[in-house]
Amino acid sequence: MTAAAAQVSAGESSTPRAKDLPTARAHPAGLHATARLTAVHNGRTTTLPLLHSDGPFHLRRLRPRGDRARVCVLGAMSAPLGGDRLALDITAGARTRLEVTTAAATIALRGSTTDPATYDVRLTAGEDASLHWLPRPLISTRGSTLHQTYRVELTATSHLLLREEQLLGRTAEPPGHLSTRLTVRRDGRPVLDQHTVYGAPAPAWDGPAVLGGHRATGQLLLVAPEPVPLPAPVLLGDPERGHCVLAPLADGAALLATAVAPTPARLRVLLDTALAHVRDATSSL
Amino acid sequence: MSRTALLLLADGRFPAGGHAHSGGMEAAVASGCVHDTAGLEAFCRGRLHTAGLTAAGLAAAAATGHDPLALDEAADTRTPAPALRRIARSLGRQLMRAARVTWPGAELDHLARHRPQGAHQPIVLGVTARAAGLSPLDAAHAAAYESVGGPATAAVRLLSLDPFEATSVLARLAGDCDAVAAAAAEAAERVAAEGVTVLPAVSAPLLDITGEQHAARPVRLFAS
Repeated sequence: MTAAAAQVSAGESSTPRAKDLPTARAHPAGLHATARLTAVHNGRTTTLPLLHSDGPFHLRRLRPRGDRARVCVLGAMSAPLGGDRLALDITAGARTRLEVTTAAATIALRGSTTDPATYDVRLTAGEDASLHWLPRPLISTRGSTLHQTYRVELTATSHLLLREEQLLGRTAEPPGHLSTRLTVRRDGRPVLDQHTVYGAPAPAWDGPAVLGGHRATGQLLLVAPEPVPLPAPVLLGDPERGHCVLAPLADGAALLATAVAPTPARLRVLLDTALAHVRDATSSL
Repeated sequence: MSRTALLLLADGRFPAGGHAHSGGMEAAVASGCVHDTAGLEAFCRGRLHTAGLTAAGLAAAAATGHDPLALDEAADTRTPAPALRRIARSLGRQLMRAARVTWPGAELDHLARHRPQGAHQPIVLGVTARAAGLSPLDAAHAAAYESVGGPATAAVRLLSLDPFEATSVLARLAGDCDAVAAAAAEAAERVAAEGVTVLPAVSAPLLDITGEQHAARPVRLFAS
């Protein structure tokens, strides 16, 4: 960590001093926060020995669904804003079953600076663990710049269900700049490596090769220990009302649905339909 | 480097089967997304900075002499749509046939032996560039240019566009092509030290979605 970053991460008390330091100008108002959540199996059921809330992430236990422990991430303050460094570290230990959601959409705002914000989500699932990450959409608003990463580490016997939805701008508003890098590894080998970049100054991001004028885009990813039988790629929707493809990755034990739609509601319909096909194809959800 | 070898490799008449592919243009035209020169330009610019950049990075890395089989796996993880993986391997196989006669060499033989069904086309392109004495930047240029040249040529046939207009689109994209090739070559230089994750992995949702839709269509002019 640089001296400037250390100054800022030390908290509010350091802000007046940081302001006086020339090196602190890079992130004048950045918030640094890392929330952590760990699930373990106690021999009988999944328990949550670590729920560490931090900054905007308030972690709240929900009522389990069957044998699946559930946690909701509540937004305790407006974030990410420009200059913020946010991280969410979620670990589902061996044999656990865990679902993590968010209570509301995550809204990337410009804040007091045009500095980029970062939001790093680390998802780790152990042997025979099942981890579902099903947050509400991320909304990129005018003037914001957000670099988001998903780093997913699985074992050969982990299950993962991941959904991400992105909305580019609120109603009648151009979006900010949103970059998302998603890397998924199983047993140390890459399964999926994907980078999307939307919003100016990304060239032609709303053109006919990328989003085609749609403002909502999302993915649903299933990774299972065994190959998932899908007789043929599933094609849903149409160019006007949004469309979606569900198909296997090169690693046949993973299915990915990719969707674009004019509205978040249409996007959710497409991804929910894809999820129903996933459920038909596998008994492991 | 031989400038003539680069012209030969990037020439649309190089017998590598590229003429049968529209790079997603036929699907974009069929879905009503592209119907004029402006649409062609937006499509090409978007493809260049997404799939084009990713392909250019892989080609440049292969041209540095990095393990082509590891790069082929990296191409798989960067290509979520099965139809586009099939197309990339089919194009790779066709390029390999032409390349082994044009610039015979042990590295092409090695890749052909380990990927008899075809490696991803950008990997074969990079190894071919190397066999032809070209640099990683040259390979990236060839891949970047190809990512827009194919769709532009196809658009002329699909939309009866004025070929002069389509060519002027490519001329306007020259600066973008140069920038993409430079970025790709720069990333490729770091692969030996930092691994394949430093290579671009930029993707475009519509290319993946319409690529799969196109493969399922019973009647089509272009294979992709």
